[in-house]
Amino acid sequence: MNERAAGIVAFTLNGAEAATSPRPAERLSETLRERLGAREVKVGCDAGDCGACTVLLDGAPICACLTPARRAEGRRVETVRGIVESAEGRALAAAFAARGAAQCGICTPGMMVAAAALLRAPGPKGAAAIERALGGVLCRCTGYRKIIDAVADAAAGRASPTETGGIGAARARLDGAAKIDGRERFGDDVAPEGALVLKAIRSPWPRAAFAFGDLAAWKAARPWVAAVLTADDIEGENRFGVIPPFADQPAFAAGEARFRGEAVAAVVGEAEAMAGFDPAGFPATWTKLPATESPMAAQAAGAALLHEGRAGNVMCRGLVAKGDAAAALAGAAHVVEGEFGTAFVEHAYIEPEAGFAEMVEGRLHLHACTQAPGMDREALAAILGWPEERIRIVPTATGGGFGSKLDLSLQPYLALGAIRTGRPVRMAYSRGESMRSTTKRHPARMRVRIGADAEGRIAGLHFTGEFDTGAYASWGPTVANRVPVHASGPYLVRDYRAESAAIHTNNPPSGAFRGFGVPQAAVAVEQLLDDLAAKLGLDPLEFRLRNALRNGEPTVTGQVFGQGVGIAACLEALRGPWAEQRAAAAAFNAASVSPLRRGVGLAAGWYGCGNTSLPNPSTIRAGVTPEGRIVLHQGAVDIGQGANTVIPAIFAEALGVPVEALTVLGADTDITPDAGKTSASRQTFVTGAAALRAGRALRARLLALANAGDAARIEARPEGLSVIEAGAARRPALAADPEDRFGYALRVEESYDPPTKPLDALGQGEPYAQFGYAAQIAEVEVDMALGTVRPLGFVAAHDVGRAINPLLVEGQVEGGIAQGLGMALMEEYIPGRTENLHDYLIPTVGDVPPIETIIVEEPDAHGPFGAKGLGEHALIPTAPALLNAIAHATGARVAQLPATPSRLFAAIRARHEQP
Amino acid sequence: MGYAAPRALDEALALLAAEAGPAVAGGTDLYPSLGEQPVPPGLVDLTGLPELRGIAREGGFWRIGAGESWAAIAALPFPPGFEGLREAARVVGGAQIQNAGTIGGNLCTASPAADGVPPLLTLGAEVEIAGPGGRRRLPLDEFLLGPRRTALRAGEILLAILIPEPPSGVGAAFEKLGARTHLVISIVSAAALVSPGPGGRIAEARIAIGAASPVARRLTALEARLAGADPSALNAPGFVTSTDVAPLAPIDDVRATAAYRREAAAELARRALLSAARRAGLAP
Repeated sequence: MNERAAGIVAFTLNGAEAATSPRPAERLSETLRERLGAREVKVGCDAGDCGACTVLLDGAPICACLTPARRAEGRRVETVRGIVESAEGRALAAAFAARGAAQCGICTPGMMVAAAALLRAPGPKGAAAIERALGGVLCRCTGYRKIIDAVADAAAGRASPTETGGIGAARARLDGAAKIDGRERFGDDVAPEGALVLKAIRSPWPRAAFAFGDLAAWKAARPWVAAVLTADDIEGENRFGVIPPFADQPAFAAGEARFRGEAVAAVVGEAEAMAGFDPAGFPATWTKLPATESPMAAQAAGAALLHEGRAGNVMCRGLVAKGDAAAALAGAAHVVEGEFGTAFVEHAYIEPEAGFAEMVEGRLHLHACTQAPGMDREALAAILGWPEERIRIVPTATGGGFGSKLDLSLQPYLALGAIRTGRPVRMAYSRGESMRSTTKRHPARMRVRIGADAEGRIAGLHFTGEFDTGAYASWGPTVANRVPVHASGPYLVRDYRAESAAIHTNNPPSGAFRGFGVPQAAVAVEQLLDDLAAKLGLDPLEFRLRNALRNGEPTVTGQVFGQGVGIAACLEALRGPWAEQRAAAAAFNAASVSPLRRGVGLAAGWYGCGNTSLPNPSTIRAGVTPEGRIVLHQGAVDIGQGANTVIPAIFAEALGVPVEALTVLGADTDITPDAGKTSASRQTFVTGAAALRAGRALRARLLALANAGDAARIEARPEGLSVIEAGAARRPALAADPEDRFGYALRVEESYDPPTKPLDALGQGEPYAQFGYAAQIAEVEVDMALGTVRPLGFVAAHDVGRAINPLLVEGQVEGGIAQGLGMALMEEYIPGRTENLHDYLIPTVGDVPPIETIIVEEPDAHGPFGAKGLGEHALIPTAPALLNAIAHATGARVAQLPATPSRLFAAIRARHEQP
Repeated sequence: MGYAAPRALDEALALLAAEAGPAVAGGTDLYPSLGEQPVPPGLVDLTGLPELRGIAREGGFWRIGAGESWAAIAALPFPPGFEGLREAARVVGGAQIQNAGTIGGNLCTASPAADGVPPLLTLGAEVEIAGPGGRRRLPLDEFLLGPRRTALRAGEILLAILIPEPPSGVGAAFEKLGARTHLVISIVSAAALVSPGPGGRIAEARIAIGAASPVARRLTALEARLAGADPSALNAPGFVTSTDVAPLAPIDDVRATAAYRREAAAELARRALLSAARRAGLAP
């Protein structure tokens, strides 16, 4: 019967009775989150593609976003909050923590629920069963291997390996428990009850003129609308950009929209009514205009300019030139060349942009996921025309970022909405909105020539790359700068010329994505190095070793590192597995009577940590309360990579206390000094170096206060701090400093800015204080009759200087490899066509093979305890290593990524039809 | 408008006649299709209808209620002729989708890439439909008319899939090709059913290809070529030729080119047939 048609739905939620009144077709995910407070149920796509909202319905895992809430009537619903109260849940939680199975944590509730269903069901619990059980939940951070290991541990009832201790211990992340049991609060989890909801109105066309109807009348006819916002509501500058000289992006487009998905207006209204609001009903009329959708079209004669003053739609160019590449190539014994293309790659973090803003005592408080609270505040201040002090940015937990959450997204809308209405205003991007409107990895078209002398030494390298930077600058200038600096790879190249150009199109803005263009360059150069090795008759590993940059040799920008160059050590570390795997592949292929062929490929990479030749400071504050509590103000945003664990570990080690003695605050612009943005592999290095200095400074102050020498030990106990020297304990006198706004007795604040020097017109200079280095082996099996690729395994050697936490190092490597694998084999964002997570494919649990991480520690003089950055080089060698493995297996190369079955099949066919 | 969960077929038909909202079963297609639109004001939830439930053998037919989930189909001990259907059931999305998504919904959505369709075509499935004017039956290939188009009329409900008892001794198989391992829309799929004949030869073979034409379809010329054939021929790469797959009409899209789909369809057909032949006890 039509029971309870307009009324209440009642079910059991985690063992307790729950009753509420959803709308007729309301999704169970919304009911659980918004009506029953079960915000541990995460929403990543609203389409059943990501599995983050997985709950158990009568014991069976389902996507809550695909289930009408009313279907739960009388049934049992379990979320991760209930799961962790059960025996299986406790076992899983312990294993997830110990194994490092949660990074950002946004997929973790779904993973935990899916895993619990497996553990509770009869039947096998082996690798195949685990993969099948987790196959419906996407993770973008971990590369899945640690999740698989954690579930296997829990299924076998075995304790996961754990370590304790300070620097160098593979210990569980400090902020892991809340991510695993669902208490963590992400961007869409923090808005207060009764907050207004904001929805953006976005361009349906890549380029469009638009006009609004009578907005005042439209609003007046809808009493639930609290505000309609457009460019006219912006009192400061309707322009932002992460690189101020290039700032060109409006918060709301005025007059013309330059890409599909660009916001032109927003509607703020009461939550219940906004749930029924269709943005298509907003009174805007659109006129589609001719758009340029490729760099070639954008540079054609007569192409419309996207921005005045950027002739030929060229946003900027980059150049590094050293020696004489043309002459070296002309005189080289062997020369290889090729042209390569890469696609738009979407960050596809499982948490779409979300947050809320409210006015508090005349100031704006903005809570949202982000990678760069300081930059968010600066940019918002300019848009609002306010002093920065009136804005407080409180980063929520961030469910993945990978570069895209460095840019503003919904912050201006939330701010304007809260200011206009005086009420809290919230927004969460839909998956489609997130994919359409936020930045992407730059598609690249690259031409490369590389020469070698008869002895197998690189003799001349010429790189030209054209990057589709989309409608607005974003991080395009950084990509244009970084690519020429890095395109040589970590090799000694004396004669070098690398040119890059970032071209505007009516595509979504390309911005920062793990590596800032360097992974694209590596795709071209590292494949050609294999071709060159083949011409020379050299083994690809030996060829790279012969050319590997060493201490004391100049980079392509003329920078000479006297220490810390770790690429040769990475390559040496791969020698054993390389020889074994190449031999095994040859044996397999010789015996194979099926269409399966195996291949083993190699690639290397390097990455300069921190900003390129620009100031890049981080500041860390710490205090001691009169009661002797040590408080660390940690402003480095943890987007899953582990800053919340690594920075306290460095500080604690420098101070001389266990990390458990610390109270950690932040990130929050009212509480934490600026630790810079979470990008460019800089947090462990730069903020870590600041934390090291802060720890040492506080130690010196405490020891001085206790009149103790350097060798004294600081002991932190609940009853207070003691300084122990020669067996005697002294209590330093700690009195609240009346001048200290935090009420501390002692306070230190230390900054670190890596030493760099500017690049000259030819790109010569010292862009970075340190580089990190990596080399990876990929093993694949190719089905020659279908063009499908099955990666079998990776061995990844990474020089991290010093592994502050080896478990987190492995997490970065495995996650980076998964993203590199996606870029190589399946990921291609096409505006208007792959704007969801079933047409845009990222790797699933079954796509990422076992990964062996070899940690190489070639200490760096600048890094804290010798540490180097790691986040981006995790990914750089992966795609070319896979492509080299595919070429090893098939003899074919796919010039345009991704190497989908269709493209690889065509390449194999073409190769075998060659005379 | 509102949420209606009828427990009787007449009531469900009346609700649909009154346009009380879209009909929903698993919801795994309905919700994603909304994009950024709000959820509809009404919904007719068919999952409580007894007529849509149950998997049973009835008078020479297997009757699978249209509301049965892929998980239920994968779990049932069907005879060997259903092995292709069971294999397909295990690759429709992930566990979450298989627990919610229904076989009837898969047919009514009528995606050219629907994984359930090729095995059902090889099984000679029919569908049973209820409407204001009573019940009717249609062969599956007459029910599916094109991408997102079926013979279901407004106000009608797909009740069940009826599958004639497969001949004893058959082997069946399903092959799916996608660009990743889980949660993937097929680039091409193939289902095969092979009956063993005397002398170790193939008595009858049926082969259907998905995602390579507006509606998945059988390759009848290839089937004819295989009747009485020596199964060892299936070992030869290239056994299934471009002529065999000529009836297909694949398109270029984000997943693959049409040319690739033809090649892949031929190879997948061969593999599905080979696997089915082996399961039929033929040892090619």
